[in-house]
Amino acid sequence: MSTDSEFLAAAVRTATPLLLAATGELVVERAGIIYVGIEGSILAGALAAAAGGLALGSGPAVVLALLAGAATAGLFALFVVRWRTEQIVTGTAITLVATGATAALYHVLFGPEGAGLRIPVVRPVVVPGLSAIPLIGNALFAQSLFTYAAVVGMLAVWWTLARTHLGLALRACGERPSAARAAGIATGRMRGAAALFAGALGGAAGAALVLVQSGTFAEGMSAGRGFIAIAIVALGRWRPGGVLIAALAFGAASALQYLFQARGWTLPYQAFLALPYVATLVALATTRARGAAPAALGQADSE
Amino acid sequence: MAASRRSLEPVAVVGGVSVAALILLATLLALGGYDVPVALAALWRGSFGTSYAFFSATLVRATPLLLAGLAVALAFRAGVWNIGAEGQLLAGATAAIAVAALPLSGVLRLTLALLAAALAGGVWALPAALLRRRGVLEVISTIMLNFIALNVVGYLVRGPLQEPTHAYPQSVTIDAVARLPRVPGTRLHLGVLIALAAAIALGIVMRRSAWGFRVRALGANPQAAASAGMIDVPRVALQAFVVSGSLAGLAGGIEATGVTYALYEGLSPGYGYTAIAVALLARLDPLFVAPSALLFGALEAGATAMQRDAGVPAAFVTVVEGSLVLLVLLLPVVTRWQSERAHRARTGAS
Repeated sequence: MSTDSEFLAAAVRTATPLLLAATGELVVERAGIIYVGIEGSILAGALAAAAGGLALGSGPAVVLALLAGAATAGLFALFVVRWRTEQIVTGTAITLVATGATAALYHVLFGPEGAGLRIPVVRPVVVPGLSAIPLIGNALFAQSLFTYAAVVGMLAVWWTLARTHLGLALRACGERPSAARAAGIATGRMRGAAALFAGALGGAAGAALVLVQSGTFAEGMSAGRGFIAIAIVALGRWRPGGVLIAALAFGAASALQYLFQARGWTLPYQAFLALPYVATLVALATTRARGAAPAALGQADSE
Repeated sequence: MAASRRSLEPVAVVGGVSVAALILLATLLALGGYDVPVALAALWRGSFGTSYAFFSATLVRATPLLLAGLAVALAFRAGVWNIGAEGQLLAGATAAIAVAALPLSGVLRLTLALLAAALAGGVWALPAALLRRRGVLEVISTIMLNFIALNVVGYLVRGPLQEPTHAYPQSVTIDAVARLPRVPGTRLHLGVLIALAAAIALGIVMRRSAWGFRVRALGANPQAAASAGMIDVPRVALQAFVVSGSLAGLAGGIEATGVTYALYEGLSPGYGYTAIAVALLARLDPLFVAPSALLFGALEAGATAMQRDAGVPAAFVTVVEGSLVLLVLLLPVVTRWQSERAHRARTGAS
């Protein structure tokens, strides 16, 4: 395999958890809620996947991860939707609680300092024929099921948001909750459900980190990916297609370090890691980007 | 609400929440199967139990939390959701280390380093503050700036600012003359007094000055503040945002010249994020940020001791910190319930 082909494969692999989390964040933000706590959902999903993967195998591990991520988001939704606490602050607190709780539980479950868990990783599913395409074959057709599921999930979200009544109702909650409620939409429930969905996908992202990338759990292993998901949604201008491309861009930026090591380039790659964030800021600075953000994003749904 | 009740409210909140924190921690430790008295004794010894722990651990930890907490309190008071204190703090630390390496006389070098830190923090907040005027949510832009700051530091300590042997990803250690003086026999540095002075100054500004009034009016109700005609809302928000960044930058500068003496990626163990909890617990009142920062400084210093002496993961304390924020967030909700109940009682509805 050539270095370029390896780099592209690494880019897609790195982008997978980002795409999963960003898809969830996209849905909840289109419903008008910014879920900063998705970082916490990713961590909860990662720990659940690690424990489940050791005890039950990778299938149940994924289910547990989805549930753990959704449960974390459920706590968030309880505060934000039901008690109408400030979204950003609540999300930050949820991240703090989840960071501590996953680390503490990990110690309680697996002993002091955790002695480096070894969790069986899922193998890539190689599509015969297509994976042999030069350069991009391995990147697109020799990935784990998580990657294929992430792409299919994004297509499903696009379809639902753009073409269904449910999608229209959800977007109405993010643009003008008062009008949505007047039209008979249960905005609180819709926003809560969107948060649970985002949490579940955050959990899936955590499972991908454990079951595909690392094969172990470590404290704080999400390493800011939840925040990156928020960046990806903004860079993708709150549209499914844009989010897909933005996730790949962030994945590619992180994968550059492999390329640098392989080529023996000594340039500090941190300069390149910063690029996608700068690009996001620039994208936000254009007026069209603001038009893309849901009008009621971040605002409480006051009755 | 009566004025006297309001002025005492933060005291009750910090006190009540401290007790709640201890109860929650004890419960979690018991659930985790740890020896609760042993763990709590270690927590106490590591935070308040000995004068060395108090001066060299608790107060040293509380200092950056106090300044960054002030930064968050000011921004939130103005209705600006600056969660970029971490990035602004790193920008300040970077500027301080760079200036502290210049060939200047001691006091001048240190003074300039701290001024540069405050300036850098403000500059780092500026893009987000300007974008906010164009309608970009500052949550998203400050998160971006946090990541950019972290990566820029990562680059600098492997590139232009790396120490001369190029063995470690960190800057050169600054000269003794450029360091904040320490209290002999402890790790406590002059920064704690600077932080306290900043808290008092900001408290007076917020309470007594016209600018403080504008900031408070802005946060309380931007529409009303604008329509009352006396407040240029975007301008005051921008000012509060940049001053907030400067305070966080100063926190970084003081940490760099008082504690770490060098720049590296792990310089801040998330002070900028913990500061959000610190500010909220103080109900965004600058004067109460000090006791709140002390509580969090003690918790973090105690957590380190608990991990070392009792084998209890420091993460338990992180859970408590996050729960405290959730608890404080619920206080307005509780107040709202109470007022609704009182209202129903008055109007005779069920």
